[in-house]
Amino acid sequence: MDAIRDFLLPPAKSTLAEQHDTLFWFVHGSSLILTIGLIAVLIYFVYKYRRKSEDEVTPLITHNSALEVTWSVIPLVLVLIVFGWGYQVFMNQTVVPDDAYEVNVTAQKWIWQFQYENGARSTGELHIPADRPIKLIMQSNDVIHSFFVPDYRLKQDVVPGRYTEMWFNAPEPGESIIFCTEYCGDGHSDMLGNVIVHEQEEFEDWLAENSGGGSQPEDLAPEEWGEQLAQEYACTTCHSTDGSQMTGPTWQGKFGSEQTLEDGSTVTVDENYIRESILEPSSKIVEGYPDVMNTYQGQLNDDQINAIIEYIKTLK
Amino acid sequence: MDTAESSSTSKKIQVHRYKPDDNPDKHFLNEETGLWSWLTTVDHKKIGIMFLSAVTFFFFIGGIMALLVRTELWTPAKTFIEANTYNQIFTLHGAIMVFLFLVPAVPAALGNFILPLQLGAKDVAFPRLNLLSFYLYLTGAFVAVFAILNGGIDTGWTFYTPYSSTTGGAVTTMVFGVFIIGFSSILTGVNFITTIHKMRAPGLTWDKLSLFSWSLYATSIIQILATPVLAITLALLGMERILGIGIFDPAMGGDPVLFQHFFWFYSHPAVYIMIVPGFGVVSEVITTFSRKHIFGYWAIALSSLAIAFISFLVWGHHMFVSGQASLASMVFSFLTFLVGIPTGIKMFNWTATLYKGSIDLKSPLLYIFGFFFLFLVGGLTGIVLASIALDVHLHDTYYVVAHFHFVMVGGMVMALLAGVHYWWPKITGRMYNEIMAKIACGIIFVGFNVTFLPQFVMGSQGMPRRYFNYIEQFQPFHQVSTIGSYILGLGFLMVFYYLVKSLFTGKKATANPWGSRALEWQINTLPPLHNFHHIPVIINGPYDYHKPMEEFQLGLAESTDGHGQESDLEITSDGKEINAE
Repeated sequence: MDAIRDFLLPPAKSTLAEQHDTLFWFVHGSSLILTIGLIAVLIYFVYKYRRKSEDEVTPLITHNSALEVTWSVIPLVLVLIVFGWGYQVFMNQTVVPDDAYEVNVTAQKWIWQFQYENGARSTGELHIPADRPIKLIMQSNDVIHSFFVPDYRLKQDVVPGRYTEMWFNAPEPGESIIFCTEYCGDGHSDMLGNVIVHEQEEFEDWLAENSGGGSQPEDLAPEEWGEQLAQEYACTTCHSTDGSQMTGPTWQGKFGSEQTLEDGSTVTVDENYIRESILEPSSKIVEGYPDVMNTYQGQLNDDQINAIIEYIKTLK
Repeated sequence: MDTAESSSTSKKIQVHRYKPDDNPDKHFLNEETGLWSWLTTVDHKKIGIMFLSAVTFFFFIGGIMALLVRTELWTPAKTFIEANTYNQIFTLHGAIMVFLFLVPAVPAALGNFILPLQLGAKDVAFPRLNLLSFYLYLTGAFVAVFAILNGGIDTGWTFYTPYSSTTGGAVTTMVFGVFIIGFSSILTGVNFITTIHKMRAPGLTWDKLSLFSWSLYATSIIQILATPVLAITLALLGMERILGIGIFDPAMGGDPVLFQHFFWFYSHPAVYIMIVPGFGVVSEVITTFSRKHIFGYWAIALSSLAIAFISFLVWGHHMFVSGQASLASMVFSFLTFLVGIPTGIKMFNWTATLYKGSIDLKSPLLYIFGFFFLFLVGGLTGIVLASIALDVHLHDTYYVVAHFHFVMVGGMVMALLAGVHYWWPKITGRMYNEIMAKIACGIIFVGFNVTFLPQFVMGSQGMPRRYFNYIEQFQPFHQVSTIGSYILGLGFLMVFYYLVKSLFTGKKATANPWGSRALEWQINTLPPLHNFHHIPVIINGPYDYHKPMEEFQLGLAESTDGHGQESDLEITSDGKEINAE
């Protein structure tokens, strides 16, 4: 039984996952019984009433009201149970407890960013305390994305121009994967993240450590910090650092080189050009590449941009 | 000559009955010949054949796209194509299969050929409109192909905003193509409804209407009422992209979720445009090959209409996680469950029809049994998805992909293949290789399950759809699924092979090879240019298998006007037959 459960469903790591799973097994179990029953009857009929001679005459049976009412009402009752049950679990999933800890989520092609009460930020990793209701207030900077954590059995679209919410409670420390489940372009399938569930104290430490948000860690050189940022902000989803061809131009050997733009003019890749390309990506598109990058205005501060430029300089 | 005499009243009707010709000298294919006769034909049979050829062509194009998608998914990340190419290919697979294959397949191809024959009519009500419908379809398809070659599209077949209003490529052109195809669909719907109301032969009352005709009637209602909404939506999308009017794009003050409401207001009923005609085929094939009166005629006929009606009220179940109000989700979930009931009623009635039948497991019936299992799985997983709490987890995962492929391919394509095999002798005048047909059916059934069963597992494990790259945990499932898709492809190729081969070397078909009581089998094979030499008089229903075959042969009233009641007629059989000419 456990083997079947693990085969079909990911581990249940939120308080509501069990409620979902019980309903999941109920519907699938009753469906299985119905399928086997109906197919068995079908096979029996096909065998029992196979044609034995060409002149067979079949009886006239037009309908049977009692039978028809039975097989309409029983399924109706069953689906109404599934409806009510599903709605009840859904309400539990929807109504946010009052004491929930709030985290702001911003989605954009193709990263997840999280912002915490004290100004701490993280990208790609959602840090939360265990055994406490968490409320996510989500928005998108570009197209529709969808925040999906299979381990929690939860999903919510993240829509530009409005806030959407979801909540959950992960009782145990651990990690769970985040998928984007609303198609959002070339990097859609790389728009992954992790929920990292800490013990309460560990979480508070993490929060305090990151409260500055966006200043250079003391133990890193600027270019090392830049490399870290490029990972965190998912620059490398589109820009390779080894010369291989991806959605955007590679960074290898770019600094100081001359690039041909869409309109045929040329530009030398210097600090100003990189900065402009980060803040206003659409203004100068390199020939042969799609205009799909979003602005990082308001997401990367000057120090961070400088660090990324330093990093690009090292890629020769 | 059979003589029908009324014994209870003074009315006396004498009816000549004609046995149909097996291989008439003149038929619809040789009375008018040449390319021009096809291009300008207003004959519903030829238009049906042209539609059948066109949808088959696009089925293969869409199928190749599917195989490319599956092959790319053999490994995580890049197997042989880039992410953007992959996105374009799955978009094309969806758009081609939905708009160019599934929607027109049964109504426009089989429906066109069969409907007037089942009604005892010379043609559809508006033959020219029918031809226009075909040309609109071709034009739309041409524009869509032009869009593909001229920039491509990577939005998914759903064209969700604001992605579709901001992405590059030929979205506007593609949307225009779909817009045109929509009109083809509307015209077919108008034509069929009028035909069913006004062109039925004398005596063919509503309770003698074939269930295939009933299902086309229900489908036509959806086509007429839902397709204009798609046209409006796509027109608005075009306006946004061309004129910059903010309707759906929040950057211009629009609402992206509004697009989803509009889109699914069409596209959910469209799901039933695709599957309901398939239900009609099932009723025809099951009764013919079990030689049994349909069980629960009215339940099946009216459940099609019930499905058509409810299908307009459930679109919000595609949007449980879109941020729509919880109350709206609750209402949509409730209504969605209600669709399950008429669908379930059909399944039970078909099963009951087999009871005490005389079942001959020929290939069309075998395809129907394939339909039975696959559609049952598709339908029941639909119940799973209709439950809001479960959908929150499963939405936009491979579970949904598997679900709608079970319904659309497992249900609709199996029903279409059953219909094609069932009516093939009437349409082409040839018999295909029955053994190969059965083997192919088995291959398709196995291939289909190997392809899509693993997708249910992946989906409930959390694998999102439209993913170019995936985490390694899912690779074994993807690989099994890919192998399955090759088996499935092989099965379809085999069907194509033996059907085409039968055109050249197949045994000549007799007028009624299955011993069916339905009206389309009582005329010559191949059918005459105008279907019936005389206006047929319908006395029995199409499923009255308890009556002898002779009573179903077409007749000509010799006295009175032929509008006799069944109870007035006493038909004696003296075994003498007269040819129609």
